[in-house]
Amino acid sequence: MYKISTTPHINSKQTTQKIMRDVIVALSPAIFSALVIFGYRALIVLITSITSCVFFEYVIGKKLKLGNTTNDLSAVITGILLALNLPATMPIWMIIIGSFMAIGVAKMAFGGIGKNIFNPALVGRVFLFISFPVQMTYWIKPHSFDFFNIDAGTAATPLKTMKNLDIGESLSSLTSYWDLFIGNIGGSMGETSALAILIGFVWLLKQHIIRWHIPVYFVGSFAICMMITHWITGNSQYDVLAHILSGGLMLGAVFMATDYTTSPMTKKGKIVFAVGCGVLTYIIRVFGSYPEGVSFAILIMNAWVPLIDKYCPQYVYGTGRK
Amino acid sequence: MVSAILFNILILSGLAVLAAIVLYWASQKFAVQESPLVGQIYEILPHANCGACGRAGCQDFASICANASAEEFQNLNCPVGGRKVMEKIATLKGVQAGEAERKCAVLRCNGSCQNAPDKVVYTGMKSCRAAHSVMSGRSGCPNGCLRMGDCVQVCQYGALSLDKETGLPVVDYKKCTSCGACVKRCPRGLFEIRPIQENMQVYVACRNQQKGAVARKNCKVACIACGKCRQINDTISIENNLSYIPPSISAPEEGEKLAASCPVKAIHFRQNMIEGD
Amino acid sequence: MKTKTFSIGGIHISKHKSSAQIPVEELALPDIVHIPVKQHIGTPAKIKVKIGDKVKVGTLLAEADGIISANVFSSISGEVKKIEEINDGKGWLVTVITIEREGDEFEPYMDLSDDLMTDISDDKEALRQVIRSAGIVGMGGAGFPTAVKTSIPEGKKADTLIINGIECEPYLTADSRLMEEKAEQIIIGVRILNKILGIQNAIIAIDENKPRAIAKLTQITKRYVGVNVRVCKSIYPQGGEKQLINTITEREVPSGMLPIDVGCVVQNVATVYAIYEAVQKHIPLFRRILTVSGDMNDNPRNYLVRVGTPISFVLKQNKVDMEKVGKVIIGGPMMGQTIAALDAPVTKMTSGIILLSKETSDKPESTSCIRCGKCVDACPMGLMPLNIRQAVNENNKEELRLLHVQDCVQCGSCSFVCPAKIPLLDFCKIGKFELSRK
Repeated sequence: MYKISTTPHINSKQTTQKIMRDVIVALSPAIFSALVIFGYRALIVLITSITSCVFFEYVIGKKLKLGNTTNDLSAVITGILLALNLPATMPIWMIIIGSFMAIGVAKMAFGGIGKNIFNPALVGRVFLFISFPVQMTYWIKPHSFDFFNIDAGTAATPLKTMKNLDIGESLSSLTSYWDLFIGNIGGSMGETSALAILIGFVWLLKQHIIRWHIPVYFVGSFAICMMITHWITGNSQYDVLAHILSGGLMLGAVFMATDYTTSPMTKKGKIVFAVGCGVLTYIIRVFGSYPEGVSFAILIMNAWVPLIDKYCPQYVYGTGRK
Repeated sequence: MVSAILFNILILSGLAVLAAIVLYWASQKFAVQESPLVGQIYEILPHANCGACGRAGCQDFASICANASAEEFQNLNCPVGGRKVMEKIATLKGVQAGEAERKCAVLRCNGSCQNAPDKVVYTGMKSCRAAHSVMSGRSGCPNGCLRMGDCVQVCQYGALSLDKETGLPVVDYKKCTSCGACVKRCPRGLFEIRPIQENMQVYVACRNQQKGAVARKNCKVACIACGKCRQINDTISIENNLSYIPPSISAPEEGEKLAASCPVKAIHFRQNMIEGD
Repeated sequence: MKTKTFSIGGIHISKHKSSAQIPVEELALPDIVHIPVKQHIGTPAKIKVKIGDKVKVGTLLAEADGIISANVFSSISGEVKKIEEINDGKGWLVTVITIEREGDEFEPYMDLSDDLMTDISDDKEALRQVIRSAGIVGMGGAGFPTAVKTSIPEGKKADTLIINGIECEPYLTADSRLMEEKAEQIIIGVRILNKILGIQNAIIAIDENKPRAIAKLTQITKRYVGVNVRVCKSIYPQGGEKQLINTITEREVPSGMLPIDVGCVVQNVATVYAIYEAVQKHIPLFRRILTVSGDMNDNPRNYLVRVGTPISFVLKQNKVDMEKVGKVIIGGPMMGQTIAALDAPVTKMTSGIILLSKETSDKPESTSCIRCGKCVDACPMGLMPLNIRQAVNENNKEELRLLHVQDCVQCGSCSFVCPAKIPLLDFCKIGKFELSRK
């Protein structure tokens, strides 16, 4: 007997698991840079975060009868992203709480993969940020945890430094652009190295995992706002390049804002979403009391996604372009 | 200190008064005139919003009930709530409820895994409506049940279930509210809402319109339009190689006779459907 | 030359065109043929023969019944044995005329020589009448009677004639071979269409993965003013009528309208070749070229097959190991239909027989939608299949209408690209089905 079935009879080889694997590959330069800059401490944070995320996904999935979805690797990505958003000195029990918030509350409570409204890793990070502000902003100097160097010391992040700059003083007197670019600065584990994130971005584009619109419009709209501010005020606290290279902007734009589930479908929607993220980040960084605004900006825009999807539909063939 | 407290209290009270005025004005301005009866009737209705009564939903049906005259009310019926609900509404209105007949859905196919064995392997999406577009049927019968349970999914009263052995959906007529969702869902139109009269139902469980010999090749219990049932009651129609028993036949003896007369056992007869209603 | 493509969506599929190098060979004659009286869209043709009649190749078996119908000719010589109903492979019964073969005799009116006939008559109406009486239908798979398609309704004007030489479905190579081997004949066929439609120019669209056909046609078109070859990108579904019109003219066919409403007439190359044969050589449509291929077929071939030949006979000639076959598809693997009974005959619309192995013939299990939007990017009509799926699950007809589900061309791009392997096209089809019924 020959089989009868509906069309099409062939399928692409792409699967959810393969997509997630490609994202992990894209994240590996950032992981590598975190390990180089923050040493074994980064490894501990990463392992804790990944294991607890996968564990929570498995247990909660079982309890809520959502099935075992751990082998699609999405929980691993949440774990990695959460870890990369934390300082290397984060206590282990706090990481586990963060993982629970990310997987349990932000993802599984909404019905598991594909149904969450907010980016799980960001919910975890923001929860920790609000609950444990001291630990979450305890930045150590790069290479404090190298295997041969136990000389730990704290360092302010460039964003914090910039916020407190006096008029006329310039950031480059404190940190060079090159250090910002390769990540030789204090900060969250994965955020520091713009270079590593850019390598990951290129990989994602090459593998057709994401489209370029969200990262480019996100950073672009942010840069334009910053540039105007810099031009009006002439204050080097609004140095555009330093702002782009520091903080979570690159990581957020490439890996967090492009999360499939929590970003709009259509090209038009993606642009609206990304510009919203960029402008909100700018507003929080310039006018807010927090030095960093990327996570809040993305989460706020996540909430708008259903509305953006509704009002930025795809152009339907034959309906007449305006 | 005291003045500060006083000042706060004054401001808040002022706001409260202002809000109260706005709210009062709004409630007057945008009030919808509706008889309280509608609300009361709505409370009685099952709130399923299934549309089985032919209205847009329970709210719509409630307002129609409220505005209906005594005679008009006789013809209104909520198939889901049944007689009990209609009587409650009738007492509320102070009128007499209509003599509504019980109805339930019947599956006019008996092409089970045994009677109409699979001749093809279908590997597509498990949905009758998807399968309907790519093949004539699992057994070859172009009208028969596809046995994938689209009807089970759409029934919100849990009155339908797939029988593991026969593969066919089974109607639990105690739970069936004759809302007609399955009738609309089945891509082959195999469900029919039939009245339960004299505590019985008799119907032809087949919709195959092929010639008898062709139909029998695919299914043991296909109607072959032999006309034996018609000899018992001539209101039975035979069209397109298919016999149809009108719902008006409601004598138990006749039903039994019809079922016994069918050489292929395509006529289904069941009795004692309602117990102590 | 710059390649062109349509503006919305589209996907890349590996083409598996291994049979593109292999010349068309004539298939051995079957001993028995089942010729369906309905090999087109519209009303079945009226049977004109009786059981026991002796027929030759080219004898009229059934006559068109009404405007939207087509004549059916005998494809072999022999005796009419039965007029019966057989399984069309999907379980539906179709009326066929069963003929047992005796020798291979042709009706004398045909010109079977290889001579190229270049002179075209000027009588528009007569030309159209020849197309009608030769039983020519759209051979790309739709089966719409060509005579109807070439008569322009009153009040409408055609300004562009597009010849569809794009075989965007994987495996299929029949049209590609035809263009290589019968290039000049096709162009004369185009000229005939030019005359009938009153259009001076014509565009032959070919996708870029057929370099030999492109070279051959470009070279010949130099001698025919007004006929141009346009190379299109090899993207699925480039060969879809609406997509092709968009590629060539940048126009869009509005929902529910026909190509003629935007001034376009699209004809498949195989149809154009059939027009040449009918008009210049007096050969009615009783044979066609089809591809036998598939992922488990290591002997892919292009055959010239008589209409009515049982598919099982074609496969036997191809020496397929039927033990390993899991699925038999009529047409391409994206839009073709599976059949379960192999006695079904080849019809005018059969462009290929694709065999898939047991391993690839099962549909992969679907997982949760991750909202990646790949289906939205892929849809050549700009629909949002994942939202359609949602609306179908909720049985929300209002929403389905807003999502333009009735514009779906059922190309299957959405199901193909979905990483979660959700059968999105099935949901779209259900949506269309729900909207079409009361």
